[in-house]
Amino acid sequence: MNKGPAKRHALTTRLWHWTNAAAFVVLFMSGLNISNAHRALYWGDYGYDMSEAWLIVTRFPAWMTIPQRYDLAEARDWHNLSAWIFALGLLVMWAMSLVNRHFARDIATSLNDWRPAAWRAAIKEHAQPGDHGDKSYNAVQKISYGLVLGIGLPLMIATGLAISPGFEVSAPWLVEGLGGRQSARSLHFLCAWGLAGFVAVHLVMVLWSGPLTQIGRMITGGRREGDANA
Amino acid sequence: MPEKPVTAIKRRSLLAGLAAMPAAACTELAETKPVGDLFDAAEGWHRAAHRSLAARQALAPEYAPDERSPDVKGNGTVSVETPEYQEQLAKGFPDWRLEVRGLVDNPLSLSLADLKALPQRTQITRHDCVEGWSAIGEWKGPKLSDLLDQARVSDKANFIVFRCADVLYNRDYYESVDMVDAYHPQTIIAHELNGEPLPEKNGAPLRARIERQLGYKHAKYLTAIEAVASFDDLYGGKGGFWEDTGDYQWYAGI
Repeated sequence: MNKGPAKRHALTTRLWHWTNAAAFVVLFMSGLNISNAHRALYWGDYGYDMSEAWLIVTRFPAWMTIPQRYDLAEARDWHNLSAWIFALGLLVMWAMSLVNRHFARDIATSLNDWRPAAWRAAIKEHAQPGDHGDKSYNAVQKISYGLVLGIGLPLMIATGLAISPGFEVSAPWLVEGLGGRQSARSLHFLCAWGLAGFVAVHLVMVLWSGPLTQIGRMITGGRREGDANA
Repeated sequence: MPEKPVTAIKRRSLLAGLAAMPAAACTELAETKPVGDLFDAAEGWHRAAHRSLAARQALAPEYAPDERSPDVKGNGTVSVETPEYQEQLAKGFPDWRLEVRGLVDNPLSLSLADLKALPQRTQITRHDCVEGWSAIGEWKGPKLSDLLDQARVSDKANFIVFRCADVLYNRDYYESVDMVDAYHPQTIIAHELNGEPLPEKNGAPLRARIERQLGYKHAKYLTAIEAVASFDDLYGGKGGFWEDTGDYQWYAGI
């Protein structure tokens, strides 16, 4: 079997990256629309009195929401449909990353990656704008991609499922474990903003380090450094 | 210096523009038939997924008395303005009737006393509004399944419709559930909340409790329970007030 040069990003990784990016944008923006329906967050099982809220959330303007007007029913339709793509996509991504060793090879950290010296080295290297070549991920990338794939995205899905009363009956332990339905809802909101923060930093880093090359690689797959066929 | 504010505005409109691109596309797409059909299909997936993950009769969580919230918020209609209703409310609903009708062999017309004479179920459950808030209260009333058994529901019936006394935006409120939720052991016709007669804001004198779905399914101010084969002859044909007026999904388990 004639295999071409090894790709830096496997086809499944690239397909997941872009479908997940699209699903995330729709989920986030429709989520802001849903947030506008009751702009208060609580801890525990219940919460309805805004004076008891731990946070009153700002009203998100129409340009930030899907659809571009306050419409809870339609926002829920977008949100709950995209959630399938988001959740099943992550499941496939994780299965493939374990099978094709993307996780073990590129993301799993060694002890050295947790030393501040490794973080300083990564930051120093990226202080210069432009492409840094097809090297493997640095310590900061491994840790942040690992946290997003291993904690951020799964927590997003778990907290989302937990606030569905029809799902809750099949996994009441999940809602209890998250501290009650209103806690799960608060965590869902916090986790969404955490992921949005990751996306913002991620975009800045792409713009900083040769955006066309980086985006091109995530479309074509690029090639792995040191590959004999390169 | 004049350049700076201009750049700032440009940047902001660029950001707004970038955000608006997918959003505007979605707003347009949602109006198209294929996307509308996809939303309706997803509603079916949610119901099928929930029903296959848990037993059909799996119970919603029940809480201890000290886990109740101080109150259960009233939402949607919180007062029925008609003089007939207000007179009944003041007197404790002596003449209120709940009909059980439609595709049944033995139609019923029950007073509050009749309903209280039936075996009662008391449950402390959480009420989750589609808007996002939750409240926990103790609800008491007969099981809907006992009423349906007494009325002998026909095999042709696929749904149970709740008729209500309240009017929102000049339309009668109504709701419906399928037979799985209608016969669910926690589906009761509540006449008490936290040991007191149901307050007006919570649907006095009678409201449905559909514990595995969101609040808009829990119809208030009940006047009749009707067994039907389909929603075709009912108002907008989508099986509920919010389904007809706001395009909310009929299955509200998510």
